[in-house]
Amino acid sequence: MAAKKKPGTPEPTRRDFLYIATGAMGAVGAGAVVWPLVNQMSPDASVLALASIEVDVSSIEPGQAITVKWRGKPVFIRNRTDKEIEEAKAVALAGLKDPIARNDNAATEEATDTNRSAGEGKENWIVMIGSCTHLGCIPVGLAGDFGGWFCPCHGSHYDTAGRIRKGPAPENLAIPPFEFVSDSTIKIG
Amino acid sequence: MSAGHSEYVPTSGMGKWLDSRLPLPRMVYDSFIAYPVPRNLNGWYTFGAILMVMLIVMIITGITLAMHYAASTQLAFDSVEHIERNVNYGWLIRSVHSNGASMFFIAVYIHMFRGMYYGSYKEPREVLWILGVLIFLLMMATAFMGYVLPWGQMSFWGATVITGFFSAIPLIGPGIQEWLLGGFAVDNATLNRFFSLHYLLPFMILGVVILHVWALHVTGQTNPTGVEVKNMKKETVPFTPFATMKDAVAIALFMVVFAWFIFYLPDFLGHPDNYIKADALKTPAHIVPEWYFLPFYAILRAVTFNIGIPFTDIVLIDSKLGGVIAMFGSIAILFVLPWLDTSKVRSGSYRPMFKFFFWVFVVVSVILGWLGSRPAEGSGFSGMLLEGDFAGNYVAYSQIFTAYYFAHFIVILPFLGWYEKPSKVPPSIADAVLSDNAKSAQPAE
Repeated sequence: MAAKKKPGTPEPTRRDFLYIATGAMGAVGAGAVVWPLVNQMSPDASVLALASIEVDVSSIEPGQAITVKWRGKPVFIRNRTDKEIEEAKAVALAGLKDPIARNDNAATEEATDTNRSAGEGKENWIVMIGSCTHLGCIPVGLAGDFGGWFCPCHGSHYDTAGRIRKGPAPENLAIPPFEFVSDSTIKIG
Repeated sequence: MSAGHSEYVPTSGMGKWLDSRLPLPRMVYDSFIAYPVPRNLNGWYTFGAILMVMLIVMIITGITLAMHYAASTQLAFDSVEHIERNVNYGWLIRSVHSNGASMFFIAVYIHMFRGMYYGSYKEPREVLWILGVLIFLLMMATAFMGYVLPWGQMSFWGATVITGFFSAIPLIGPGIQEWLLGGFAVDNATLNRFFSLHYLLPFMILGVVILHVWALHVTGQTNPTGVEVKNMKKETVPFTPFATMKDAVAIALFMVVFAWFIFYLPDFLGHPDNYIKADALKTPAHIVPEWYFLPFYAILRAVTFNIGIPFTDIVLIDSKLGGVIAMFGSIAILFVLPWLDTSKVRSGSYRPMFKFFFWVFVVVSVILGWLGSRPAEGSGFSGMLLEGDFAGNYVAYSQIFTAYYFAHFIVILPFLGWYEKPSKVPPSIADAVLSDNAKSAQPAE
């Protein structure tokens, strides 16, 4: 039937096919058994089903900040003073360690002060996930070399717009999805 | 050495019957009674036995503590206090377990430094050494997860920082971190799985310890001269009673120190912040790991700069990933130590230059530990060079000593193997022992 086989290169037989098919089936089966055991460790339904929260910010005076808990993590809400905003605006973008805004609410990606804040007209508000982008400690507010936040764990300094300026953290503090549902209420998530 | 014939002779009828079915008594006899050990082992060689005892102590106290502990964020902290105050002898068992972790690491560090000094990792004991490093890694994972269980502030924030390592991995890092935590932050799911794994890992350690001892018994032990046994009759003694007795004395002395911590300084090696219940909204002012992780913590924090292509803005490794790579690298480099040390002479006793650099390395490791306990302050090495920022510039010192740590393995050891002129190695263990005896005997004449 087939051409003469060269010695050493045998034609595949029915048995070879059965071996491969059985092996493939076995691999799929093993994967199907292992996957639930691996996936059970992922965040469960109750963790994922976290509703968004609404926060009343009317009582926060300029220069004050509050911390609220969202998805098990702290969220900083700070009402910045005019001086703090000016200081943050005066920073040259070229000198930033992380030039990206890390804010999905903003229109553009540059880490300008406006893009980091709640936007035009609400530049005094800054809302950020209070988890250091280094290894997840909570930075201390109104501290550090730039008057913003300071992470005591490994010495990362953030400015008043939450941008990383000094220390081991690689990124600016992340900004959660949020919006002002009224002048005094912020919805996070 | 153990590959030789077995000298076990079952005497009882029952013994003979079992020997032809499951020769377990024969294995115990060959491994722990008749097993030949070099006659010139010194006290530093007793730490293997001490570590074996510590593993058993930790497993027994751990199992009893688990009978009273509750792995839930609501209950964990209180259940530890309950163990301390209400459970019969709970204060004792917990103190043995928590201080036992520290004693375990003291012993393992001495054991490892002993292996480095006497070149125990060299051919043909590379696999033995690698298994040891694997045990060390498993010990670190176990100790870390155990420290999370009391659910104090250091537990919580230590867990946050260490699981944060995984978020440094590009692209898939944050996903891996969420998978490890079972959520977006350290929480109940994390505590439960850490308890489960903290219970599992010691038994995995036990499994690797069995392989470690097996590998040891295939190649036979080294000894302070680094010369292999040539004459079994003259140069070895049976494990029992010689090594058994010597190990027993060392274990007793070790236990005195252990007991001193248990009864007089039960919280000396811990951190007071861990008696404050975990608070997800408040980071302690100064997070420090347990003392035995401090050198690695200093290495982690030493990388405060991005690594990129020079003269461009392209960042290849950001500072966070760089720190994590350096920290894991400082342990991973131990795996290849047998191939980095190129000297043909095994024991440091006959290597005058190596001896010096070995002790420098020990001191550097201790200094790194001290730096790990300091706050992450200072302008770093560049600040030290450019601005003369010397005082309290802990970041700069961490960077210098981290660089030395790696240089010891990558530069100094390969260089010494080529450059150093070793002193005369004795032709055999018997020659070394006999010449020592002759020397010490002379003044008496």
